[in-house]
Amino acid sequence: MTPVPTPNPSADARMAENELYQDIVVEHKRAPRHFGHLAAPTHQARGHNPQCGDDLQVELDVADGKLRDIGFQGQGCAICIASASMMTEALIGRDLAHAQDLQQRFRAVLTGQLEPETADLGKLVSLAGVRRYPSRIKCALLGWHALMHALAGEASTDEGTTA
Amino acid sequence: MGDQLQLVTAANAFPVLAQQIHGQPLAYLDNAATTQVPLTVLAAMRRFEDHDRANIHRGVHTLSQRATDAFEASRDTLKRFIGADASQELVFTSGTTEALNLVAQGLSAAGHDAAVIRPGDEIIVSGLEHHANLVPWQAAARRSGATLRILLPDAQGRLQVADLKSMLNERTRVFALTACANATGECPPYAALLALAAEAGALTVLDAAQAVSHAVPDLSVLACDYMAFSGHKMYGPMGIGVLAGRRAALERLVPLRLGGDMVEWVSYTDAAYAGLPSRLEGGTPNVAGAVGMAAAAGFIEQVGCDTIDAQVTSLRAHAVAGLSVIDGIRVLATESAASAIVSFVADGVHPHDIGTLLDERGIAVRTGHHCAQPLLDHLGCGPTTRASFALYNTHDEVERLVSGVARALELLR
Repeated sequence: MTPVPTPNPSADARMAENELYQDIVVEHKRAPRHFGHLAAPTHQARGHNPQCGDDLQVELDVADGKLRDIGFQGQGCAICIASASMMTEALIGRDLAHAQDLQQRFRAVLTGQLEPETADLGKLVSLAGVRRYPSRIKCALLGWHALMHALAGEASTDEGTTA
Repeated sequence: MGDQLQLVTAANAFPVLAQQIHGQPLAYLDNAATTQVPLTVLAAMRRFEDHDRANIHRGVHTLSQRATDAFEASRDTLKRFIGADASQELVFTSGTTEALNLVAQGLSAAGHDAAVIRPGDEIIVSGLEHHANLVPWQAAARRSGATLRILLPDAQGRLQVADLKSMLNERTRVFALTACANATGECPPYAALLALAAEAGALTVLDAAQAVSHAVPDLSVLACDYMAFSGHKMYGPMGIGVLAGRRAALERLVPLRLGGDMVEWVSYTDAAYAGLPSRLEGGTPNVAGAVGMAAAAGFIEQVGCDTIDAQVTSLRAHAVAGLSVIDGIRVLATESAASAIVSFVADGVHPHDIGTLLDERGIAVRTGHHCAQPLLDHLGCGPTTRASFALYNTHDEVERLVSGVARALELLR
């Protein structure tokens, strides 16, 4: 069956440009916040997606149940880098319970279990469009997975499988 | 040229191509992953399933005989397609991956006799390979106590005959090579490399998956013991493939799948295996798949392999020229004129973002490591964006690709 063509192809074609790659996302990709190493990290973990080559190292400075500082470095797509960058902004100075909670809400929005409007994601809501791109959800969650693994004190994560 | 080909293929329409993606006509440029299937092939498979479906071999009823005939006729068609003669045989597998595993395991596992590959032997695999022609050899080396050596490409991703010459010695038992690197589009001088290895006494293995759709390797002139390819990369169905080669070499393989249809006699404690090709085809095969794969070979011959080759290499050259002038783009294997694959990286922009933005314009490409991570690491480029062409693609689609990539870089830089 040939799907019915949409009435305005050019608008449809710009969907990803407007919804997935919003200005704020591209801006965080161009100039990621807290990109680099911490002087004395207390926790760290690597998130790796072997299929696409995304590879992030997340370092934490945790004291008194708070994330005093977060640094990340590595390489990845715009979605991956922007998400990790916004993650550092949203979590530095916050307590671990908040980090856990925000991670769960962000994940629930991306996997379609929670509507973006009700999730109180702050800037991260700009990445909600990823929910319409199932193959890209792992990109948006890579930094977050690394952060959770760092807190859990586990070894590096392995997203997906090798090709 | 392009228009001429459109006329040739009009009668063999590819149903899946007649659709829009995100409101744009689909430009399907992921043919190195899988090609689409023409109606003639679908009809041949449907005819088999509607009229002749039964299990093959040993059946005394009419349908079983017809199914057996269809299966064996498919084998004959494909043998002709690759130039196999009486000293060569062809066995059906589920695809290239299974065919290469059959060779690697079949040479390294002990059967009734000791394994062909022995401790201290050397296995040489080219550095251009898909994981399917590398990982089975890693396991074969471990299993047999042999050493795995890699024929590394130069900085441009090309294999050099002289490099192979210096690696060959009396311990070289196997040399495995691709006819076209799926990740970069590089087409090595495989005839010369195989001949050199065979001369040194090695068993030679050719992964022809990326070549059969437009530049079929000719077994009658190659020093090739084993050649593997898939139906779904040559306008045929998924789940069917071929291992072809010299009968004497195929007979040395310990069968991978033991069971029905591959034995002469069986007792509770032992069994004698059947001769080729049954020996390597244990269990009920994908008969409709074999019929479809043979129909696909017929389709390629009907359109003309040279015609297809001219079309896909011209599209590739067009894409290389168009992409190369975009600032910050590095096209891999630029000189590989015989290829239907163009693979590239862009400074500061990840292939996944390019792929998603192209998809929004109806353009299907593949992004990532293309199951060739060691090669891309060796070339220092990481994941790539890959466009790959088939006979139904057009120069207009190449223009859409080039402008879509340019727009993606503009947006993301």
